[in-house]
Amino acid sequence: MNSLKSHQVAETEPKVWYKAAKIHDFPMDGGACVKYKGLQIAVFNFNTGKEWYACQNLCPHKMQMILSRGLTGSQGDEPKVACPYHKKTFSLKSGVCLNDEIEAISTFPVKVDDDYVYIGFSQ
Amino acid sequence: MTRIIVVGNGMVGYKFCEKLRKDFDASQVALTVYGEEPRPAYDRVHLSSYFSGSTAEDLLMAPRTWYEDNDIELRTSELVTEIDRKNKKITTHKGSEESYDYLVLATGSSAFVPPIKGVEKDGVFVYRTIEDLNQILSYGKNLKEAAVLGGGLLGLEAAKALLDMNLNPYVVEFADRLMPRQLDDSGSDILKMKLESLGIQILTGKATQDIAGNGKLEGLSFADGSQLDVEMLVISAGIRPRDELAKSSGLATHERGGVLVNDGMQTNDPSIFAIGEVACHRDMIYGLVAPGYEMAEVVINQILGDKTQSFKGFDMSTKLKLIGVDVGSFGNPFGNNETTKPLIYKNDQEGIYRRLNITPDGKYITGGILVGDADDYNILHQMVQNKIKIPGSPGSLLVRSNGSDEGASLGIESLPDEAVICSCENISKGDVSNLVKADESCSLDDIKSNTKACTGCGGCTPMVNDIMKMTLKSMGKTVKNTVCEHFDFSRQELYDLIKINGIKSFQELVHAHGTGHGCEICKPLTASLLASIYNEPAIVHDTIQDTNDRFLANIQRGGTYSVIPRIPGGEITADKLLVIAQVAKKYELYTKITGGQRIDLLGARLDQLPPIWEELIAAGFESGHAYAKSLRTVKSCVGSVWCRYGVQDSVSFAIRVEDRYKGLRSPHKIKGAVSGCIRECAEAQSKDFGIIATEKGWNLYVCGNGGSRPQHALLLANDVDTETCIKLIDRFLMYYIKTAAPLTRTATWLNKLDGGLDYLKEVVVNDSLGIAEKLELEMQGLIDNYECEWKRAIEDPELRKKFAHFVNSDEQDSGISFMDMRGQKVPTAW
Ligand code: SRM
Ligand SMILES: Cc1cc2nc3c(=O)[nH]c(=O)nc-3n(C[C@H](O)[C@H](O)[C@H](O)COP(=O)(O)OP(=O)(O)OC[C@H]3O[C@@H](n4cnc5c(N)ncnc54)[C@H](O)[C@@H]3O)c2cc1C
Ligand code: SF4
Ligand code: FES
Repeated sequence: MNSLKSHQVAETEPKVWYKAAKIHDFPMDGGACVKYKGLQIAVFNFNTGKEWYACQNLCPHKMQMILSRGLTGSQGDEPKVACPYHKKTFSLKSGVCLNDEIEAISTFPVKVDDDYVYIGFSQ
Repeated sequence: MTRIIVVGNGMVGYKFCEKLRKDFDASQVALTVYGEEPRPAYDRVHLSSYFSGSTAEDLLMAPRTWYEDNDIELRTSELVTEIDRKNKKITTHKGSEESYDYLVLATGSSAFVPPIKGVEKDGVFVYRTIEDLNQILSYGKNLKEAAVLGGGLLGLEAAKALLDMNLNPYVVEFADRLMPRQLDDSGSDILKMKLESLGIQILTGKATQDIAGNGKLEGLSFADGSQLDVEMLVISAGIRPRDELAKSSGLATHERGGVLVNDGMQTNDPSIFAIGEVACHRDMIYGLVAPGYEMAEVVINQILGDKTQSFKGFDMSTKLKLIGVDVGSFGNPFGNNETTKPLIYKNDQEGIYRRLNITPDGKYITGGILVGDADDYNILHQMVQNKIKIPGSPGSLLVRSNGSDEGASLGIESLPDEAVICSCENISKGDVSNLVKADESCSLDDIKSNTKACTGCGGCTPMVNDIMKMTLKSMGKTVKNTVCEHFDFSRQELYDLIKINGIKSFQELVHAHGTGHGCEICKPLTASLLASIYNEPAIVHDTIQDTNDRFLANIQRGGTYSVIPRIPGGEITADKLLVIAQVAKKYELYTKITGGQRIDLLGARLDQLPPIWEELIAAGFESGHAYAKSLRTVKSCVGSVWCRYGVQDSVSFAIRVEDRYKGLRSPHKIKGAVSGCIRECAEAQSKDFGIIATEKGWNLYVCGNGGSRPQHALLLANDVDTETCIKLIDRFLMYYIKTAAPLTRTATWLNKLDGGLDYLKEVVVNDSLGIAEKLELEMQGLIDNYECEWKRAIEDPELRKKFAHFVNSDEQDSGISFMDMRGQKVPTAW
């Protein structure tokens, strides 16, 4: 498998690898939103497509479907996304909110294979 | 091993656990906490922020896991009903029993409900717990009028909460003034005026006699015969210590409530202590957290320490928070006619009242009141606490020096090291400065997490920040305004780096001069710098822009965007108005005339933005840059073409100027205006640059703004001709763009500019630096580079693709929902 870098959050291997879209459908060093079943998933890449992360699109702060439009970045070694509304930031590894005590978001593993981006789900 | 039981898991009960575990682990002390409320202790002080967005989770003092991690047995939803003092045992309402060596009562207080006829009716609430707030929120949903009984600190907070719920709040106070324990008549008058302007009606001197309504509240009637129709009432008439458990187990209590304690917070049973709002110390009940925290410390010392520490009473200074009006009351606010003389400054126009009680020798302050502007509260309070001599004449303390945003104008240098800066956590000036001295790289966040300063009521944050800066300065360190953790440079330095090295993207910049992946601070900043330097459209660097710049539209609640086409000078033809109307109708947009003389179309989905702009651009509109840090509008009045007083054609000039600077990226937004005569109908003196016609030409004003801290623009040049006027604006704006810190409006920039307006005149008008020509050329370069970024976005299919909601589906965001308001759609509340 020609996987560039896959990031594993779930302890168990996901049951479903959903083929989301082509790498080049995503903006470089930014985020976009993917629909999977009834869910909205925010997908981000770092280092010009070399590192990928996925999380829920819903910001738990005011329940807004928005995280995919947030600015990405890092805090120390932790990759993060900042919600556009009130700049709550979330780790893209653990989902933990880094600058407030609001609940963590769900994150999902991502892999890249043959020009396509896949997101891992447990169902 | 010692067994301690804490009854009550409120703020003080929690703080007791936290402090205890700092010094004693589970092998030394076994700790159990009982709390009647369903959730672990939360921050009651910031309870009102529940109305403006905080969740119950946000408010927790610590999550449940914290108790587990610290070996503290936490039993929520469990009320302690009995103390068997003989056998040193408690019983709960669930029937479980537990024995103790020491018992700490931290049962707090409940809201006092006066015995008014009808208080049991539906629609009457108190304001103390999250459950109370939930009930108020759900009952108040579709109501209009509501009242708060009690015009004290908490009552006013509750009124603000009702306002946040979109209700019309009335505050009913028995005394003849607001906050009777903290304010004098004049202070109360100003506060009343301010609150009324916020939409809170104030009724003082009203004794409520009867709560009317059949089962459910419909109105209040007062002793003077008057009535008030309201549908909801929140009672905030004081607190009653919850001493029922203490009483029933035979502990001594005060006749007006509260468990009697000695200086060691010990009750008449030596194994039982009381702390927080339930404790009555020398006839005093303290309704504040800071004394409660101090009491917790004292008890730990009594039980497990050297027993010498005792509680000596506490200062009751307070600052009203959250409500949109600054109020502070400190030391002895009312003074004492024999030993002090009040110094008073009152400004009805701006709603400012300052009262300082000064000793007869004019050397010390003993207390005071601040209404309308309490920025100096911390330092003045410290001067009282530490008996610091007034520097200079007492009168100079009355008016705050204009434009200085550091309380430092009064001199934190003069405070002794022992001065307690954070009374919630008992942190002194020395604690903060020593930390900085030990690690000069420490940040405000480090200080907060190290000392817990600023984490209680948060009121000391500005002062802690000032102390940090002052200490660094005294160590000879320049306090560097680095951008964020990713760059060790200031905005100015990044500007130079980008320019000198010809850097063209964020990735290039962070790889060459920074670390990590950047963040929400440095990315938009870089975007703004790149735009100022190369005047490229924002969309070229879309993923480093703040969301408004990324999608060239302002984001709204609910996830939709707004569209504001440019209408230069506010002049528009009927045909163009028709186009706007058609677009609004077709896409079902909410329309509103903005404060900037143009029209806002709100409620567009992301995917609708390109087609909407396509239609607008086809009709000759351009982006209005309402989303950008760049020129917004140049407002005009009708001027000499129509107006009988006008001396110059202000509309034509406004349009020319707006077209000249449209799209210009800058550290913050820029607004302009042109008035046709001295009557100033375009309000030019409140703009970043404002032009007023004179018989001979134009007067040019600069560096004004409205917003939260309005500032009048100042005259830069008078009676200049049209071309000179434009030249001066070119130079002025370019100089601002090149030297201002990020997100600094022109007014703030000028306030910080060494030499102020005189210096600015030298540079811009007299060209003292010899850079005028260069500034003009650079400006011309940016102007020549202008293109409408929306035009580019709709014409380039790659760019257009970015406005799809999903990358893998053409579907729309199903999360967006609207409701109707006065015949137009608006987003459902969040
Ligand atoms: C639409 C408008 C209100 C209206 O319906 O009238 C508006 C709406 C917003 N203003 Fe404003 N301001 C509007 C005129 C004003 C004015 C009045 C004026 O321009 O004559 C002021 C005071 C004058 C001034 O700026 O000096 C004003 C002072 C602010 C401020 C405070 C700026 C300051 O320096 O203190 C902000 C916050 C900021 O910019 O950081 C702000 C920010 C905002 C934002 C962009 C907040 C945001 O990021 O979402 C609002 C966007 C709402 C939206 O949904 O689009 N708005 N805002 C007005 C648009 C004018 C236009 O045609 O472009
Ligand atoms: C809206 C609001 C704003 C405020 N703003 C400020 C402010 O700006 N600054 C400031 O200093 N203070 C402020 N206060 C006051 C501050 O919140 C209190 O001083 C502080 O919470 C007191 O803490 P406590 O632990 O003594 O009591 P509480 O926080 O009341 O905690 C007592 C707890 O014990 C529980 N309990 C009682 N009896 C039993 C029992 N028998 N068994 C088990 N559990 C029991 C109660 O249910 C409660 O949870 C404010 C209060 C409110 C309501
Ligand atoms: S004043 Fe401006 S920023 Fe505030 S709510 Fe109104 S439009 Fe929004
Ligand atoms: S909605 Fe995301 S931070 Fe507020």
